[in-house]
Amino acid sequence: MSKNINITINGIPVELEPGKTILEAAEAEGITIPTLCFHKDLCVAGNCRVCVVEVAGQRRLSAACATPCEEGMEILTNSLKVRNSRKQIIELLLSEHNADCTKCYKNGNCELQTLSSEYKIMTQDFLELVPLKKYSIDMYSPSIMKDDSKCIRCQRCVRTCAELQGVNALTVAHKGDQMKITTFFEKAMRDVVCTNCGQCVNHCPTGALVEKNYIEEVWEALADPNKHVVVQTAPAVRVGLGEELGMEPGTRVTGKMVAALRRLGFDSVLDTDFTADLTIMEEGTELLTRLKKALVDKDENVSLPMATSCSPGWIKYIEHMYPEHLKHLSTCKSPQQMFGALAKTYYAKARNLEPENIVSVSIMPCTAKKFEAYRPEMYDSGYRDVDYVLTTRELAILIKQAGLDFNKLEPVKFDRLMGESTGAAVIFGATGGVMEAALRTAYEIVTGREVPFENLNITAVRGMEGVREATIKIEKPLDDWAFLDGVELKCAIAHGLINAKTVMDAVKAGTADYHFIEFMACPGGCLGGGGQPIPTNPEIRQKRAEAIYAEDEGLPMRKSHENPEVQKLYKDFLKEPLGEVSHHLLHTKYTKRERY
Amino acid sequence: MSNSHQLKRVDFIFRNENDWEKVLSTNIKKQPKDLINELISSELKGRGGAGFPTGLKWKLTAEAESDKKYVICNADEGEPGTFKDREILSRVPYKVLTAMAICGYITGATEGFIYLRGEYKFLQSELQKTIDEFHYYCNEIKLDFSIKIFMGSGAYICGEETALMESMEGRRGEPRNKPPFPTQAGYLGKPTVINNVETLVHSFTIFKYGAKKFYDLGVQYSRGTKLFSVSGDTPKPGIYELELGMSLQDFVYEFGDGDTKAVQVGGASGFLVPRKKFKDAAIGFKGKLTGISLPTGGSMMLFNSSRSMYNVMDNYLEFFREESCGQCTPCRVGCQQLLLGIKAVKRGDKPASYLDKLLRLTETMQLTAKCGLGQSVANSFSSIVENFREEMIY
Ligand SMILES: Cc1cc2nc3c(=O)[nH]c(=O)nc-3n(C[C@H](O)[C@H](O)[C@H](O)COP(=O)(O)O)c2cc1C
Ligand code: SF4
Ligand code: SF4
Ligand code: SF4
Ligand code: SF4
Ligand code: FES
Repeated sequence: MSKNINITINGIPVELEPGKTILEAAEAEGITIPTLCFHKDLCVAGNCRVCVVEVAGQRRLSAACATPCEEGMEILTNSLKVRNSRKQIIELLLSEHNADCTKCYKNGNCELQTLSSEYKIMTQDFLELVPLKKYSIDMYSPSIMKDDSKCIRCQRCVRTCAELQGVNALTVAHKGDQMKITTFFEKAMRDVVCTNCGQCVNHCPTGALVEKNYIEEVWEALADPNKHVVVQTAPAVRVGLGEELGMEPGTRVTGKMVAALRRLGFDSVLDTDFTADLTIMEEGTELLTRLKKALVDKDENVSLPMATSCSPGWIKYIEHMYPEHLKHLSTCKSPQQMFGALAKTYYAKARNLEPENIVSVSIMPCTAKKFEAYRPEMYDSGYRDVDYVLTTRELAILIKQAGLDFNKLEPVKFDRLMGESTGAAVIFGATGGVMEAALRTAYEIVTGREVPFENLNITAVRGMEGVREATIKIEKPLDDWAFLDGVELKCAIAHGLINAKTVMDAVKAGTADYHFIEFMACPGGCLGGGGQPIPTNPEIRQKRAEAIYAEDEGLPMRKSHENPEVQKLYKDFLKEPLGEVSHHLLHTKYTKRERY
Repeated sequence: MSNSHQLKRVDFIFRNENDWEKVLSTNIKKQPKDLINELISSELKGRGGAGFPTGLKWKLTAEAESDKKYVICNADEGEPGTFKDREILSRVPYKVLTAMAICGYITGATEGFIYLRGEYKFLQSELQKTIDEFHYYCNEIKLDFSIKIFMGSGAYICGEETALMESMEGRRGEPRNKPPFPTQAGYLGKPTVINNVETLVHSFTIFKYGAKKFYDLGVQYSRGTKLFSVSGDTPKPGIYELELGMSLQDFVYEFGDGDTKAVQVGGASGFLVPRKKFKDAAIGFKGKLTGISLPTGGSMMLFNSSRSMYNVMDNYLEFFREESCGQCTPCRVGCQQLLLGIKAVKRGDKPASYLDKLLRLTETMQLTAKCGLGQSVANSFSSIVENFREEMIY
């Protein structure tokens, strides 16, 4: 271990371990240095220059995010020289920026706006550059809008798409005053390899990248007396929504969220967790069927490992990048789309509603779900299965617009018929959760016993490591599953598409001897989704994950197959997992896409 | 005692030396330590712009611990109006190759690259032939060193050493954060010596003749000779090797057309010196009398009284606005504001006092820009605006 070093920050002596940047040292001392291009998820770019600080003895200022502390440094973070330079840099950014905050989607949650407010930029002496530029807005994607006139060229999106997702849909083009963030051949986002994961949106400090919002459409549906509006909420929303409404990261707001949705006027407030449990039944059965075909029937056409299919960002990624490996995907739709297909069939029938009068809305931590709902495959009910997808952030906007005091709302329970769920469904929101839920059920189906882990917590599959592996040995199975006796079920988990790439490269090379792999497009799983509150960073993801597992532990039922509503659904409607109705409504096909 | 002296033409750089094989084979028998000390005592400073002591650069790289190291010759030569590196590579390329190999021997690098400006593609095949002969000889003397040509992409910013490495690694040519410096983490993250073409030729001279011969030329802090590209209002444009430390007065006497009103020393990133300061200005590195630092690529542009300094500034800013890599705020937006700003003042859309706001802006750029490009826009801007303010307004 190397020796600690000593520096001063604004005159305060600080001792710290070597290798820390000035920004990190200042943060540890409780001194905030403004940043724009810096993000804890990403490598350091050092291009916005608003974090500049003065180091005694140096004429030039140093970028705090990019400069390592050295023994004896005397750092000033707020000297006149620093302030004047910083202020001019903000003025420069604003001169190139279409700063019509009142008409901007990010108004109120924008790092550029906050910074200019802090520095009280009241005048603009510099010339307006915006009218000289031919800025364009890309609004053709069902998930994401890109407005170059709001872009400060911090490249956070580019780094996000490359470093976290390995997709490289966004790049920097041109130089000098023409430099901009764009796509392959400057095509629209919908026409390139973009997976719609929304991580770039979540990491963008301004209004340049935002979700395509469907707020007005939903208000209109709610106001239409002829429409029956059902809403489903994904597991990760309940551990994120509070942040958008002034609460600490990691606050669980399930009951308040349901209360708020009811107050907003939804006719029925239901739970995606219900179809998450259903997914486990279908997907678990599919896995066991594939295993049987492979191990007993020695069927060469069976594709193992089987890969999960509930993350639509991941689906689009594999469609573009590994189109020859689509057969590894489970044919199960995502819980959102299972819900949508059932809402306009099973639910409509049970509630005696005409499906065309049902408007199906979902609240998701995800922007890729907006694209998913719009896919041509997703009309199996005979109608568009899910009409509108709102992100966690959009739901918070609805709640604020309705003037609800979220904090004061009394928690209530989901409505019934597709509102019941188990802890296994809740953990779908965290990386490893689908795996854990599937194991809880599959193990029990096969052996008749609970998974051999304390309190059902399969800790081996939890955590934030990018790729994780786990093995579970099957012993003394029931007679039907005798062929699995002694088999070590090998599982892998990858979250963040850059990690999915690592695993898929192994699958491609034939070196991945897993049976089952869980893939999530977003870092941390859905709890770190592109539609979750901004900011999202490693600490916040950790808190949301803890909240998810706490929610699971607190529920009376924690295994998907125990869900009585799911059991009733099979009895009354689907008959059996992978049955004919299931096949029609709950399973889907995938599309090969181009690699550019 | 004046530190400057009479203009002296010298002929070192282009002198034909027929014994590069001997220079190479004798030097790689010496101790690396001794070679470094020789280079340090010559006080050679880099000829690519920043004027970093070459001996120290090689020493730092030699001391850096790594399984792999690299030597790069920077032949991107993007400064408008300069073509000295092109001349060197077409006339005495073996000096450059020899110096690179000795550098490799000293630092422990076995691979070298010549980053050749895209526009110099026509040099490539001749240069490759010379490299092939050179490799043949290296083989003969069992020296493990090879050189590859890397063709540049045509952007001015790729001459900046870290942008150059980014571009060699297949990424967009954007300067990196420093530290770490290339001597610690350069090409592919490995310790790397990067030197200008001319710097390497001077190293050759030093390894052949000893440090003293080099050191005896020039003045304190500015030893040796330098190639200058003389252009503008001059009866004899061209490339000249001159001893460092000359006064600008003498330079203008030699190269001017009798009506020189100002000289831009060091191209767009350099300084404009008006007639009244010719006497006091000596051409050399920092630490000398006048505060004028050495020309980046050695460009010397003379302007006579028919020239509008406003147009000169306008041209430079146009260049910077386009050639900035665009990544950092002060440079990308600053260059646009400066260019549009002087136009607005000229048109009368902004008051003359707006020039002072722009001067403060260039100071911010100097203090905060990420690389030498943005940092040095202040040089030409402040020296032109301060010395020719009326021309900027009326
Ligand atoms: C914008 C910019 C452009 C540059 N272009 C060149 C160039 O074309 N050739 C060059 O040798 N150095 C150029 N440099 C300087 C290099 O970054 C680097 O300092 C030099 O190659 C080091 O070599 P030296 O120590 O031999 O001077 C440039 C620097 C900047 C900031
Ligand atoms: S991006 Fe931010 S600063 Fe720009 S208009 Fe929107 S809210 Fe305002
Ligand atoms: S949505 Fe995801 S894949 Fe698409 S550009 Fe953004 S980060 Fe890249
Ligand atoms: S789109 Fe957003 S994240 Fe990307 S460079 Fe522009 S401001 Fe930064
Ligand atoms: S100063 Fe200019 S050229 Fe250098 S990194 Fe910044 S934008 Fe790029
Ligand atoms: S935050 Fe440090 S340069 Fe942008």
